[in-house]
Amino acid sequence: MTVSSSLVTELERIVGASGIVTSHEGRMTYECDMHVFYKGEPDVVVLPADREQVQAVVRACRAAAVPIIPRGSGTGLIGGAMAPIGGVMIGLNRMTRILDIDVRNRCAVVEPGLINLMLTKAVAARGWFFAPDPSSQMVSSIGGNVSTNAGGPHCLKYGITTNHVLGLEIVTSRGDVLRLGGKVADRPGYDLTGAAIGAEGTFGVVTAVTVRLLHVPEAVKTILATFSDIETASEAVSAIIAAGIIPAALEMLDDVMIRAIEEGIGAGYPKDAGAVLLIELDGPAAEVTVQADHVAAICRARDSLDVRVARDDAERALLWKGRKEAAGAIGRIAPSFLLQDAVVPRSKLPQIMREMRAISERHRVLFANVFHAGDGNLHPLICYDESNGDELERAKAANEELLLACIALGGSVTGEHGIGFDKARHLTLQYAEADLNFMYRLRRAFDPDGLMNPRKLLPSHPACGEGFRPHRPALPEGTWV
Amino acid sequence: MSTHTHGAPPTNGPSLADLRKCVHCGICLPQCPTYVTLGEEMDSPRGRIYLMRAAAEGRIGLTETLTHHLDLCLGCRACETTCPSGVPFGRLLEETRGRIERETPRRGWLDRVIYAVFPDPTRVGRALRLHDLYERSGARRLLRTSRVLDRFPRLRALEALAPDRRDARAGTPLPEFIPAAGKRRGRVGLLTGCVQRHLYPGVNRDTARLLSLAGWDVVIPASQPCCGALELHAGRLDTFRARARDLAAAFPADVDWIVTNAAGCGSAMKEYDHWLDAPAARRMALMTKDVSELLADAELALGRLDVTVTYHDACHLAHGQRIRVEPRALLRRIPGLKLVDLAESDLCCGSAGVYNLQHPEIADQLLERKVARIAETGARVIAAGNLGCLMQIAKGCRERGLDVEVVHPVELLARAADRAVEVSS
Repeated sequence: MTVSSSLVTELERIVGASGIVTSHEGRMTYECDMHVFYKGEPDVVVLPADREQVQAVVRACRAAAVPIIPRGSGTGLIGGAMAPIGGVMIGLNRMTRILDIDVRNRCAVVEPGLINLMLTKAVAARGWFFAPDPSSQMVSSIGGNVSTNAGGPHCLKYGITTNHVLGLEIVTSRGDVLRLGGKVADRPGYDLTGAAIGAEGTFGVVTAVTVRLLHVPEAVKTILATFSDIETASEAVSAIIAAGIIPAALEMLDDVMIRAIEEGIGAGYPKDAGAVLLIELDGPAAEVTVQADHVAAICRARDSLDVRVARDDAERALLWKGRKEAAGAIGRIAPSFLLQDAVVPRSKLPQIMREMRAISERHRVLFANVFHAGDGNLHPLICYDESNGDELERAKAANEELLLACIALGGSVTGEHGIGFDKARHLTLQYAEADLNFMYRLRRAFDPDGLMNPRKLLPSHPACGEGFRPHRPALPEGTWV
Repeated sequence: MSTHTHGAPPTNGPSLADLRKCVHCGICLPQCPTYVTLGEEMDSPRGRIYLMRAAAEGRIGLTETLTHHLDLCLGCRACETTCPSGVPFGRLLEETRGRIERETPRRGWLDRVIYAVFPDPTRVGRALRLHDLYERSGARRLLRTSRVLDRFPRLRALEALAPDRRDARAGTPLPEFIPAAGKRRGRVGLLTGCVQRHLYPGVNRDTARLLSLAGWDVVIPASQPCCGALELHAGRLDTFRARARDLAAAFPADVDWIVTNAAGCGSAMKEYDHWLDAPAARRMALMTKDVSELLADAELALGRLDVTVTYHDACHLAHGQRIRVEPRALLRRIPGLKLVDLAESDLCCGSAGVYNLQHPEIADQLLERKVARIAETGARVIAAGNLGCLMQIAKGCRERGLDVEVVHPVELLARAADRAVEVSS
């Protein structure tokens, strides 16, 4: 226990008895996010009601030199919201107010715990929506979306979270309140808002977010194209992008994933398909009609077995429900999975799919694919059963190998889930020593005492905070190219 | 019975394989009434599954804290409806509660009263006659104005729940047989419910009449034991199984269906086949129908009711039995009746069997929320297919001065059927 009883007393004074969790059982439920592989139980969990409480909690923790771990809805996929060295976890899920809806200036100000979808629900009647739509949007918090710079199916056209955040209010580990950006889009000086998005709680605790609102498009068409296998579907993706069409979303699901979804949700995907593409077009009605015909023609030319357009909103909603709850449905197939988030250049998609199949066979582990094909962001769920021999070890090896294959093709270790505890060590594959050291210095500018969400985002380094010496694993050669 | 895999506890606890279906995605969180109210992970379905799994794997014992967080669960099963991985939460909860009940039995005064009275129709009748005396003597008024009960929140909750004036026909039982009117379709048994027959006898009367109008001979055994739902949900599995066997024996073998108008009873009865090996009880699971299911395709002559109605989804209908469409469709068949949507219609009202007596603070917060949503609709009538919800929502409207009539859907249907008769004569 790194937390003294006097600190606990102080924290309880700040948030009240109903705002603090100290029991072992209670804290245990906060030991991991959706990445259950990494567990770290916090010494205390506090659930503040407002910014003032956050500020007081942070100041108390700093005085006691105790680590601080912010947490939203706990739906992250990178082990970002867990306490590897203990400390005080700040659960922001009770700060859920919408502080301001300003449709004339196309923006809203919300507290960090507000669930993503609740914002769209609050403004939908007036014809507006919040564009970032991670698959977890029915439960993930906007603060969490900001902290991981979350993407989602519709980010292909609309951009990721950073494109929709105008301003942030952050309480730093020294208890200062920073107000970065704001309703006016162009702010003079350094773009610190941009720097703080995707900071995963290492700069401080986000206590308010000013977000952009968009107007609901006039028309939407959702197309389901069926293919015999994932490689053929990948060719169609490349052809659609090459034709200059930017769909609102372009999602791929493979046979394993389709089976899990149909067993769990019954979304209407063809059960015997090798792969499907879920393609959504939106915009002015005339444009959408022309583009839908064009996309359908491309799919057919690329050997699609069937192309159908959702007849109504209900069918469309059901197809999307299947897609969004895909990762949740995997429990039907396997008790545990590793979820990869690597990216390849779009043109390399067919190639990485072939390589993925080889890796899956080599390590004898099941891959289920559901991903944002349009921007080359892969999301294979590598299934394993911990109790089944060395399956976990094989899954880990396959995961690592796939990641290295993506990097070798000019890709990235993460597309939209963030880095967290899971991928910090992989940054050395992508960044030079000088780049990483610069990131350390930036982190220290916000958090001089190194208390904010330790062991996340950047690879571990000597205690002095400088002189980072990365260990560079040698890339195996040739096997995947 | 559930299958146990390696690592399962030697006792008859929850299935580890089912617990491990949870992939920790959290989609259940915003659907959970206690998470919505308390905002704590250990009072969410995901957190509770995590704790149940930790206990099943031996990481933690059956501690008081664990029991507390499981006790706070309403058992509404909204999480099951939304779970993409198909975690059978209700069953896991009941199995874990069963293990707690066996290994660390607890008996507070309230639980003793609840489990001695509610599952016994005779005792419910006696208790209510005492209540009538209490009300008529003026003691109720005295006790309420003196606010002496404020110091005993659970006793106050019990006191506040009983309706002010009971149906005058409460004492008269239904006949044991009501023949089908019109074209005969078959023969059904009607469950009258331990509390329902005393507090809402009109609902049973209307159910029987509508079934008869729909062409069913209705058999209503005078002596019907409890279905055991309360005990099942509390993990008192041995008592539950005994009640299930007795109930199955109380109905004649020649009925096509057994009809209930109480969602909690229906949900438990439909699960008899999971919990029991006795053939009669297993058969009963397949024969049980909610009244809305059986009336869904019935030809009913319905007269005009010019009224705006909203509908609350009882948890054990919407989540426990996946019945949402039929009651709404039936209400829409009434000419003149305007059915308006209720926001958060499938969020628990806080009743949850006897939860509102055991945890009045949380139940009251949920009720507050429910009444606010009802007020927003502007409807004059709220319909719900479960006795517990009717009592709870009626209490909420009464205490908050909301002038809304709280009814079972069959009551509206029966009124419309009356109207049709009046018009034709």
